[in-house]
Amino acid sequence: MSAGAAKALTSSSSHFELFGLPPSYVLDKDRLEAAYRDIQSRVHPDRFAHAGDAERRASLQWTTRVNEAYRTLKDPVQRGKHLLELHGVDVAFETNTQMPTEFLMQQLELREELDAAIQKKDAAALDAMRARLVSQKEMIQEEIGESIDAKKDYAGAAELVRKLMFLSKLDDEIDLAYEAVE
Amino acid sequence: MALLQISEPGHAPAPHQHRLAVGIDLGTTNSLVATVRSGVATVLPDAQGRPLLPSIVRYGLGKIEVGYAAQARQSDDPKNTIVSVKRFMGRGLKDVAHVENAPYDFVDAPGMVQIRTASGVKTPVEVSAEILKVLRERAELSLGGPLSGAVITVPAYFDDAQRQATKDAGQLAGLNVLRLLNEPTAAAIAYGLENASEGIYAVYDLGGGTFDLSILKLSKGVFEVVATSGDSMLGGDDFDQRLFCWAVEEAKLPPLSPRDMRLLQVRSREAKEYLTFHGEAPITARLSTGDVIDLKIDTETFCGITQTLVQKTLVPVRKALRDAGLTVEDVKGVVMVGGATRMPQIQRAVGEFFKRDPLNNLDPDKVVALGAAMQANVLAGNKPQGEDWLLLDVIPLSLGIETMGGLVEKIIPRNTTIPAARAQEFTTFKDGQTGMSVHVVQGERELVSDCRSLARFELKGIPPMAAGAARIRVTFQVDADGLLSVTAKEGTSGVEASVNVKPSYGLGDADIERMLRDSFEHAREDMHARALAEQRVEGQRLVEATRSALAADKSLLSDDEATAIEQTLAELEKLIGGTDHRAIKRAADALNKATEEFAARRMDAGVRRALAGKKIGNL
Repeated sequence: MSAGAAKALTSSSSHFELFGLPPSYVLDKDRLEAAYRDIQSRVHPDRFAHAGDAERRASLQWTTRVNEAYRTLKDPVQRGKHLLELHGVDVAFETNTQMPTEFLMQQLELREELDAAIQKKDAAALDAMRARLVSQKEMIQEEIGESIDAKKDYAGAAELVRKLMFLSKLDDEIDLAYEAVE
Repeated sequence: MALLQISEPGHAPAPHQHRLAVGIDLGTTNSLVATVRSGVATVLPDAQGRPLLPSIVRYGLGKIEVGYAAQARQSDDPKNTIVSVKRFMGRGLKDVAHVENAPYDFVDAPGMVQIRTASGVKTPVEVSAEILKVLRERAELSLGGPLSGAVITVPAYFDDAQRQATKDAGQLAGLNVLRLLNEPTAAAIAYGLENASEGIYAVYDLGGGTFDLSILKLSKGVFEVVATSGDSMLGGDDFDQRLFCWAVEEAKLPPLSPRDMRLLQVRSREAKEYLTFHGEAPITARLSTGDVIDLKIDTETFCGITQTLVQKTLVPVRKALRDAGLTVEDVKGVVMVGGATRMPQIQRAVGEFFKRDPLNNLDPDKVVALGAAMQANVLAGNKPQGEDWLLLDVIPLSLGIETMGGLVEKIIPRNTTIPAARAQEFTTFKDGQTGMSVHVVQGERELVSDCRSLARFELKGIPPMAAGAARIRVTFQVDADGLLSVTAKEGTSGVEASVNVKPSYGLGDADIERMLRDSFEHAREDMHARALAEQRVEGQRLVEATRSALAADKSLLSDDEATAIEQTLAELEKLIGGTDHRAIKRAADALNKATEEFAARRMDAGVRRALAGKKIGNL
């Protein structure tokens, strides 16, 4: 094997290639986990604690790379972003804040609801919000899967991924709200 | 239990190469050392057969006592007898709770507090190193040779400064620290292997001074930490403290002398332990003022005054479950760790919260050390591949940098699996700005002032540009010990700065070297002998590792490349037989350099084999 070929796998392959998975939004989670663990069991620093510096460094770099790829693919927002990037579409979380008015209104209402729950120290209201959010997120994920994997509508998928990101942020805020309520 | 099968040969050492490796639980109250002998993890007792070493160090005039000897003197020499030093590791004076109740002469040093004793000013790192030295000597005596390496456990919720301080203490004690291992993770290894457990488990670890709650997924030879939370300023000590305050109030005592304070604290701890098995406990003491304290406390009162502490432990429990996206129903078992979990009110609260009886079948004082010993055995390479396991741990607290307005920009969020690296781009905010200061912090709060400051450094020499034109890429790398290093690089000019997040508490590599030198100052010969022994062990390790790498994967090298490595290897081997430790070090460095490309190719080949295995498996 040539050093060039080895380098190619290290630097430029997609996260999907790294785990030997097809580049699709709908993901076989068990296969991802099995591939992740299989690779980790070969490159993890615990395997090289008694090795030389060079191997320990290489192991650290690989494990870091594999962890990052795994984290990206497991996360529905990051997986969408990565996949769209592979198709040349930038989801542009930071710059593209243009969202349908209806969606934004809904987000505002949800945040007001959240504030009210915090004020009243109402954990049950948080539970209810979370349950609604979970099903809403699942719906959007299904839509993203369809847009990317079946329709190949990458621009449409980008907007859905941005929506999903909004909802994930709300999810984080609910977590913080629980801390305030407890 | 079924374990991942790894097929390539060459890694497993031959049986005769068994390396002496230990696991050390460096506890707030007690410390232990354990090892794996004939496949079984066992705690190594002292010459008197006592497994625990009280984590107490007394600095007399020219004499240092550690353990029971120091414990015996704690009431009559409180100022020089340091207990619970773990509470001060990597902490500044303002971070230390109950300073007013600690009878020490504190010195407020930058980054980490110091203590003035009869043997001079001591850092918590030095005090901890004294404890570790005793454990190292105990292990070497008992195992009959120098240790090849040690795993030292830390609370999962320890931040970077506390971890770094612990690793430094290990180094200062002359240990080759193979890994810092989180205490609840160590307990999960010991518990999981003992019971062949599979599924989601919670580890509730209430030690002397720290509280950790970790949630792990155990399956097929993999220990995966899903989330961890805790409180690094909450432990069994706080229950003693509540009892102490209760006693002071109940007996209407005036402010106490350091000696009386320590005496009453010891009595309070004894009463707490007594209450675990009895409905009522006496607290009696004769103070130096002549006053006699004669109190009785019942379980109900004790539960009442400590109820808020018990409830406080449930906050991180809920947080960890939320972070893991799990509910109590998903948890298959709760492993109890740490002596403080013996308290009935803790057992009850945990049982009620998780709606199941906690698991107490392993000794809560020993389980961490045993798990650490098992991991040390794996890291030393004593376990053949296929029989070992994979451990995936996380960082407990988010890492970030200060941005405009004293706000924190998180770069690596908490519960990220380590090792991890993440980069973020920043820019200049003034025209012609040539420098940028990077302030690294750790914590969950949005304001810098609410987080822990880890390090500050300057990136200088940025070429003058318009505001917003520079591209400064800050990269955080967290290694397998959970330790952070940071680099910053300006994209257009390539100006670079990096920092090991160490100097924050003012103890650099040079300081450690000096301390090591000091401890050998009356024995120059000793120092040379020790350096030589260390370099020989290190060199031999490298020779073995390179040899087994060549045996397994020589096909990845061209003939010329292989010859070059073999020559460097032969050179190192020749020097190991000599007595020049610096020459050995140089030859080892050369071999490390010569094998860099080989190491990278081997790692790639490993991944390819993993993928190939998958494809065959899928057919």
